[in-house]
Amino acid sequence: MGQKVLLSEKEINIILHRLACQLLENHLDFKDTVLIGIQPRGTFVAERLTKILKEEYGVKEIKSGFLDITFYRDDFRRGDKTLEATKTKIDFLVEDKKVVLIDDVLYTGRSIRSALTAIQSFGRPSEIELLTLIDRRFSRHLPIQPNYRGRQVDAINDEKVKVLWKENDGEDVIYLINK
Amino acid sequence: MAELSVKHLLGIKYLNEKDIHLIFETADHFKEVINRSIKKVPSLRDITIANIFFENSTRTKLSFELAEKRLSADVINFSAGQSSVKKGETLIDTVNNILSMKVDMVVMRHPNPGAGIFLSKHVNASIVNAGDGAHEHPTQALLDSYSIREKLGDVAGKKVVIVGDILHSRVALSNIFALKLQGAEVKVCGPKTLLPKHIESLGVSVETDLRKALEWCDVANMLRIQNERLDISYFPTTREYTQQFGVNKKMLDSLDKEIVIMHPGPINRGVEITSDVADSKQSIILNQVENGVAVRMAVIYLLASKIK
Repeated sequence: MGQKVLLSEKEINIILHRLACQLLENHLDFKDTVLIGIQPRGTFVAERLTKILKEEYGVKEIKSGFLDITFYRDDFRRGDKTLEATKTKIDFLVEDKKVVLIDDVLYTGRSIRSALTAIQSFGRPSEIELLTLIDRRFSRHLPIQPNYRGRQVDAINDEKVKVLWKENDGEDVIYLINK
Repeated sequence: MAELSVKHLLGIKYLNEKDIHLIFETADHFKEVINRSIKKVPSLRDITIANIFFENSTRTKLSFELAEKRLSADVINFSAGQSSVKKGETLIDTVNNILSMKVDMVVMRHPNPGAGIFLSKHVNASIVNAGDGAHEHPTQALLDSYSIREKLGDVAGKKVVIVGDILHSRVALSNIFALKLQGAEVKVCGPKTLLPKHIESLGVSVETDLRKALEWCDVANMLRIQNERLDISYFPTTREYTQQFGVNKKMLDSLDKEIVIMHPGPINRGVEITSDVADSKQSIILNQVENGVAVRMAVIYLLASKIK
């Protein structure tokens, strides 16, 4: 099993700032926009972006939450393991809001399909966008593409993209791992 | 990833502590779901569940049905009163007929202890025991513990007294197993005639003085007298029972701490518990009912994920 660094801490930081600027360009004051991190790993990206937007670009208030998609997945009973849920925290309605779904890696697109269904439990958004830090090209099972992408990667199916965060894993780094 | 150690939920006796924690953590997520404006998830859309009730029930049946529907399962209901059981059909035949309609899970209440266990050995479906005679009522015990955990933060180390007809109560037995498994201290209290012999062997203590029991406990779980199961007279009159084992507001207020009052329902107001106690802020009776749906969703979700 080998692994190589796909993005270093510095590169991640530059990309997060670019993504924050792109969000700002489209949403300006974030009055009608909500950021939703997809559990379990999209929440870190969402939290970082919220922090950058608030501290460095002076956005006063951003509504954000995190969404667990376990109960909406399409592979229930199809694997060997029980799908274990994590916490959902969305203490507002998304009715008529612009929702930005945020995840770390876009691969088959099935998680995003589940998230699109799950978010409807919190109202009818006026529009939904997708932001992903890593977009694995040529691996989609569904017609889903991001509106904002950090870095596009050509990874073959045996490879895994692993995103680590300081607050959870001790360092900011993205690896490409050969199984 | 964690999963349940069992294929069926026949009783708390067959679970381990990890199972209980997994059920509670999953129930936490479902509790969040049932407080959304849209209270439904699509997880079990390809699962069919039969609720088979050979004995009367309001709460449990509604709670199971709601839990199943909130998980998007297909549900069929069956009550013995309106069925071919009256025409002499056996339990296995009845259930196999239902299963041949492609049912994946059976939730059953039955007057005979062990009915669920018997069924699990003879039919090919996941069985959930919704009460079997005076034996076990596992989902009730789970939701009781879940409610204690929600109210007091943890079950371990808490002192719980179960008051009333312990002898005929499946709720008492399941609660004793569940509470002991989680490290709570358990006492039973009631007239000697309604306390089973050798109950101490389950690791519980016995008290016949209600006041002493209440002074000792953090939580009092008040049980109903199971009049339908009383074949002989176990105490002189209901009035005398109430005087000795009924909880009233005056008694609660005279304790030097605020204890939590629980009741699995149905309540006989003015017998085991007065109205002002049942409706007081110390009572978590309606929280128990709300939690029942979340806990049953968790149980069904976790068992369904093991159906292949």
